Amino acid sequence: MTMAKRIPWTLIVFVAALTIPYLGSRFYTFLATDIIILALFAVSLNLLLGYTGLVSFGHAAYFAIGAYTCGILMKTYGIPFGIGFVAAGILSGLFAALFGFFCVRLTKIYFAMLTLAFAQIVWAICLKWNSVTGGEQGLLNVPSPDLGWMASLPLIGDMRSADHFYLVALVLVALCFAVLRRIVDSPFGRILNTIRENPERAQFIGIDVRRYELAAFSLAGTFAGLSGALFGLFNRGVFPDFGYWSKSAEVLIMAILGGMGHFWGPAVGAAALILLNQQITAYTQYWPFILGTILIILLFVFPGGIVGALHAGYVRLRARRDA
Amino acid sequence: MLEVRDIRKSFNGFTAVGGVSLDVPAESITAVIGPNGAGKSTFFNLLTGHLRADAGRVAFAGRDITGVAPHAICRMGIGRSFQHTNIFRNLTVFQNVQAALIAHAGQARNFWSRADDLYREETLKILESLGLADKADAVSSALSHGNQKQLELGIALASDPKLLLLDEPTAGMSATETRESIRLLARIVAERKLTLLFTEHDMEVVFSIAQKIAVLHQGKLIAEGTPEQVRADREVRRVYLGERH
Amino acid sequence: MPEPSFLFGQFLGGLTTAMFLFLIASGLSLIFGVLRVLNFAHGSFYMIGAYLAWQIVGWIGPGSNGAFWLAALGAASAVALLGAVVERVLLRHLYGREELYQLLFTYALVLILGDAAKVLWGTGQLSVSRPPMLAGAFQLFGATIPYYNLFIMLLGPAIAGLFWLVLHRTVIGRMVRAAALDREMLGALGADVGRLYTGMFAVGSFLAGLGGALVTPIKSIVPGMDVEIIVEAFIVVVIGGLGSLWGTFLGALIFGQVLAFGILIFPRFSMFAAFVLMAVILIVRPWGLLGRPLRS
Repeated sequence: MTMAKRIPWTLIVFVAALTIPYLGSRFYTFLATDIIILALFAVSLNLLLGYTGLVSFGHAAYFAIGAYTCGILMKTYGIPFGIGFVAAGILSGLFAALFGFFCVRLTKIYFAMLTLAFAQIVWAICLKWNSVTGGEQGLLNVPSPDLGWMASLPLIGDMRSADHFYLVALVLVALCFAVLRRIVDSPFGRILNTIRENPERAQFIGIDVRRYELAAFSLAGTFAGLSGALFGLFNRGVFPDFGYWSKSAEVLIMAILGGMGHFWGPAVGAAALILLNQQITAYTQYWPFILGTILIILLFVFPGGIVGALHAGYVRLRARRDA
Repeated sequence: MLEVRDIRKSFNGFTAVGGVSLDVPAESITAVIGPNGAGKSTFFNLLTGHLRADAGRVAFAGRDITGVAPHAICRMGIGRSFQHTNIFRNLTVFQNVQAALIAHAGQARNFWSRADDLYREETLKILESLGLADKADAVSSALSHGNQKQLELGIALASDPKLLLLDEPTAGMSATETRESIRLLARIVAERKLTLLFTEHDMEVVFSIAQKIAVLHQGKLIAEGTPEQVRADREVRRVYLGERH
Repeated sequence: MPEPSFLFGQFLGGLTTAMFLFLIASGLSLIFGVLRVLNFAHGSFYMIGAYLAWQIVGWIGPGSNGAFWLAALGAASAVALLGAVVERVLLRHLYGREELYQLLFTYALVLILGDAAKVLWGTGQLSVSRPPMLAGAFQLFGATIPYYNLFIMLLGPAIAGLFWLVLHRTVIGRMVRAAALDREMLGALGADVGRLYTGMFAVGSFLAGLGGALVTPIKSIVPGMDVEIIVEAFIVVVIGGLGSLWGTFLGALIFGQVLAFGILIFPRFSMFAAFVLMAVILIVRPWGLLGRPLRS
């Protein structure tokens, strides 16, 4: 009903993000690239966490699979970025489907533990399979995608290659967001909500709950893989840590920090966490301590995350204005 | 419509349902009564696939549904409500019923169209028939207990069932609420030509609408018949008068 | 084929690892059984126990039996107190909330305690020497066994036995078992649930702290030992069954041997084997070898 005068925030943020290279700072472009890629990772997790009500403690596995797939294809086989990127999504989606098949048979803490176990298996393989993954040293010197064609484009032609990569990543991430948004607003998305709210009841509106959970799990894995592929290129290397459980915890924190009750919440959380990290690590090496403290404050005072708190504030403000 | 043959279920050696057979004719209203712990809820969960029977057979509309998963049973045309109100608490009243319609229409796999206005008319029609239309946009957990029970009925109706299984449809309601919901229920059952099987502890409700009553006691069927027959049954009187009062 | 004495030595090594893990994992399992909270910070409590033991030995002056045992008990008690305070002041308020919040809370503790340990004790390697009375070693079937390891191998079953006695012969034990089976029964038994929770969290933390203190003569104390042990403890409780005492014992035995012999068979994949074992158990029997399915 308020459709007519709604502010197109998504478009505004997207356009603002497009202008970041014009600020001319390497550092801003670097930060922005980091943020958009991890924002996609966090939003992909939220398909499980916020929309389906599944707590995965091993989401980093699919991030890592995507990163290694794209990195290995480009470095070892010289395959172009476009194909590597798509392959990363497909392979991580397939692995998510395989692991998810077993995970969705379990509930709650057991589900979380099995996602963790699978992720640790992926991590152990990445760590030890030297001939393919580069082992502990990681996969170094992943080639940059060939973005030479961008040099001939107007307006952006004379930018640095990091800016070009940022713009490509931004467009890809935006496309992924558009698809994810479409999915969560679809009838399928609504059915995922019923599973989050009450799996027992969802069964008795005729939903094969496990199958839908598996679909959500595979989709979330696919998008995590796509973000991983981008991150590997951005990072110029892929490391076993990408799949370690602390990475899974980090993305969970992003989602909670931003607010898992909103589509953009986890993206806001990713941005907040990365910016905060930049600010704080300039002063102290004890970032984990600060992060832990923030997390505790969040859990006790703002369980809805940043977006949840803002939304509650907005609702209160409007109620007062209307009164 | 529903045929139950010698169905059994025990938990760790405790027999919850010990060989119950029951026929529910089409378009009839049947009540299952019995003291607490008689096995009513277990019996229901066996019918809808939430529990797997140790032995026995359940057939619905001529098809064997023993051991079939709950979601598949729902699709065959059985709707149910639960003893503890079972709705999608953080969704709006509208979304609760709409989701069930989406599932029923086979739209659950559609991940590309927008869900917002899907089946708006059908949803509102069901809400209207339950007197919930004015609360369509409220978050369902904010409804009164009685309204939540009605919403649960609405969710069940959205699957367009032939047979409705209601586990204690008036549990926790005030006397007024109870009377109103029974009137509502009777009207809907008649309008939609439904077969109704329900459990209930309120005898007034049972005798007011049931055409047939089955009495469970300690997991066994001890009596079955018209309300008059059951009322006159000696064993039933002993169980109810002897143990409950 | 390796020498039998070598295999025997490997077996004993696995057994020692297993008994350490049992000490730590039993606390984790106890806390889960009663409070239904999977405590990520359990490994941090173990680490704090190790650092505190080093600290206390330093204060008293190393080299004496008394100093070592006092340090072990002192460290474990201090960690128990820390656990009780954390439960009472913070964790308690999250019981009504989703599991995720409890998990993340304990994860926040991991981050905070990890850094706190770095601030207090630095990032270098620290170690504590064995108490003089357990300093030597003896030979058995060609394998050399330090007395200290023998002590650990005996301590495990002793703690398990003590646990069993408390669980089956005391009122508190009855409540703990009731809590593990059916939370609603607790109130009916007339238990002061709040105090039971705090108490069990403290006991669980005590075991973690004790494990940390006793590991110091065998492993050096380093940052990161918290994260390493918690993953292993998770594997142990999952194999045996969350909330099951004997399951945890069995899980620790199996895990110890998988590590000890996994290293011989696939030198680079012993951790991998452990995670696969964990995944297989969760798939086939999610409630573990000796656990019971949780009632929802």
